[in-house]
Amino acid sequence: MVNPIPAAQVSSEKDIAGVEVKPEVKVEIQNLSFFYGKNQVLRNVSLDVPAYQVTAMIGPSGCGKTTLLRCLNRMHDLYPGNRYEGSVRIYPGGTDILGPGMDPIRVRMRFGMVFQKPNPFPKSIYENVAYGLRLQGMNKRRDLDERVEKALRESALWDEVKSRLHQLAHNLSGGQQQRLCIARAIATDPDVVLFDEPTSALDPIATSKIEELIVEMKRRVTVIIVTHNLQQAGRISDRTAFMYLGELIEFGETNRMFTNPAKPQTEDYISGRFG
Amino acid sequence: MLSVGDFIVLASQKLRKQEARASRRRSIDRWFGRIGLLFTIGTLGVLAILLLNLAASGLTRIDWQFLLSFPSRRAAEAGILSAWVGTILLMIVTASVAVPLGVAAGIYLEEYAAKNKWTDFIEINIANLAGVPSILYGLMALGLFVYQFRFGQSVLAGGLALACLVLPIVIVATREALRTIPAAIREAAFALGATRWQAVWHHLLPYSTGGIATGVILAMSRAIGESAPLITIGALTFIAFLPPAPILAHAPFVSFDWLFSPFTALPIQMFNWVSRPGEEFQSNAAAAGLFLMLITLGMNGVAILLRKHAQRNIKW
Repeated sequence: MVNPIPAAQVSSEKDIAGVEVKPEVKVEIQNLSFFYGKNQVLRNVSLDVPAYQVTAMIGPSGCGKTTLLRCLNRMHDLYPGNRYEGSVRIYPGGTDILGPGMDPIRVRMRFGMVFQKPNPFPKSIYENVAYGLRLQGMNKRRDLDERVEKALRESALWDEVKSRLHQLAHNLSGGQQQRLCIARAIATDPDVVLFDEPTSALDPIATSKIEELIVEMKRRVTVIIVTHNLQQAGRISDRTAFMYLGELIEFGETNRMFTNPAKPQTEDYISGRFG
Repeated sequence: MLSVGDFIVLASQKLRKQEARASRRRSIDRWFGRIGLLFTIGTLGVLAILLLNLAASGLTRIDWQFLLSFPSRRAAEAGILSAWVGTILLMIVTASVAVPLGVAAGIYLEEYAAKNKWTDFIEINIANLAGVPSILYGLMALGLFVYQFRFGQSVLAGGLALACLVLPIVIVATREALRTIPAAIREAAFALGATRWQAVWHHLLPYSTGGIATGVILAMSRAIGESAPLITIGALTFIAFLPPAPILAHAPFVSFDWLFSPFTALPIQMFNWVSRPGEEFQSNAAAAGLFLMLITLGMNGVAILLRKHAQRNIKW
């Protein structure tokens, strides 16, 4: 599906005629197919991810939701034998991040990523957050200090770690490590932050902190989150995409989809009949 | 028909059988432990006897005079000065060739190379190279370095021969060390926009330094005891002079003439003494052997410390 309205002009308000228009599109996925060798994992997925909202991807194991997420920052390029088809455009600008000549490294600077298990570097808390900035060429101590503090505040970790910034990140608890990874991902001001089941290794308290953070974050960035946990998708996302066997079955507002799914498979999955 | 009482009897018979079987299994388990312990003590015992034997005949010979004298026809005046200096120079050449090449090759194979038939082929052959008898490396070095490149029977040729010998060990150690780093750490770096080189230089190498250093030291302690390749390329067995000093008192202050100097090494000196008649030369040989063994044990100790130190901050 092609977005009928140029991305820059739309808003989430209702227009004069009272017809709801689409919110501004941040990432426009069109006819995306993905292959691991000869194995097709994604089939013709088209999806418009709205800006400054949380979009959740749900679906049973092996449905391709994580694969889709990892297409967006070209993580699949790290491993041989993978192939993309279709396009993924990022706005403003509308550059196709799968296009020929597109450097995956530039893509990854616009898409931050938080992984399933906290994976801080075995370095200090400070160096973990500063690493992305250093990669982008920032090396003045004062600038780094400022951005590291900002990122740590935005990930609600600053008060817990400000007195021990130069201690090892591995001494933090699991939940703190994951918030550190969030700080690391947002320190460079990416356009979109991708979360790949960020709370699956965490306890309920740590999970709720991360969820609060994600909801808070959408004022500044666009969030796409893959989750196994339907309640989580319901709690934090504005829109939900349901995937099954590599296809996008349904995509819409989360409330509507959870109360009144359009497709029978969605209903079966949401009501717990399979998955 | 079986009564309730019969059922109880059957059940208790079953229990007794299970118990008997379990106690048999336990006793096999215990016996394996005992036999294993016996073998371990036996093996270590042989090693200890070897070391004690060497110490008994050699320890009294090790003193400053022994360390600071050239070999001599008179056993009591002979020493190992030219031998240990030669060994150190050889190790400098070996390490400075084998470490950069081996680490770079390990990084390439593990982090850059595509996984296909060619890399499988290369991988198998590296493992094979590690098993090639050392004398073959000596023959290769004789043909290539000594005659073809005209390095002569020099420290350089010897060091290069040993470098070839231990190169596969360094490559394998580097790969093993890199492999212990979880994929999640690589992905974390790449997701922030790091290039492969940045991921290697900022993360993978620092996190695997302990493993690589351990491998390098083990490779060096293999090289330090080698004599076959050095004899093949023509290391001398009786040298009463030292190679030219690497540091000069006048400009340009450094000299690489020592690279082209003839040399001897500890195992060769030892070999020379062992093949001589006479009790005194035998105890010289034992002393040289003891000294070599101490160096090797010291290097292995350093390897263990290095690994502990480097991994102090790293847990996955």
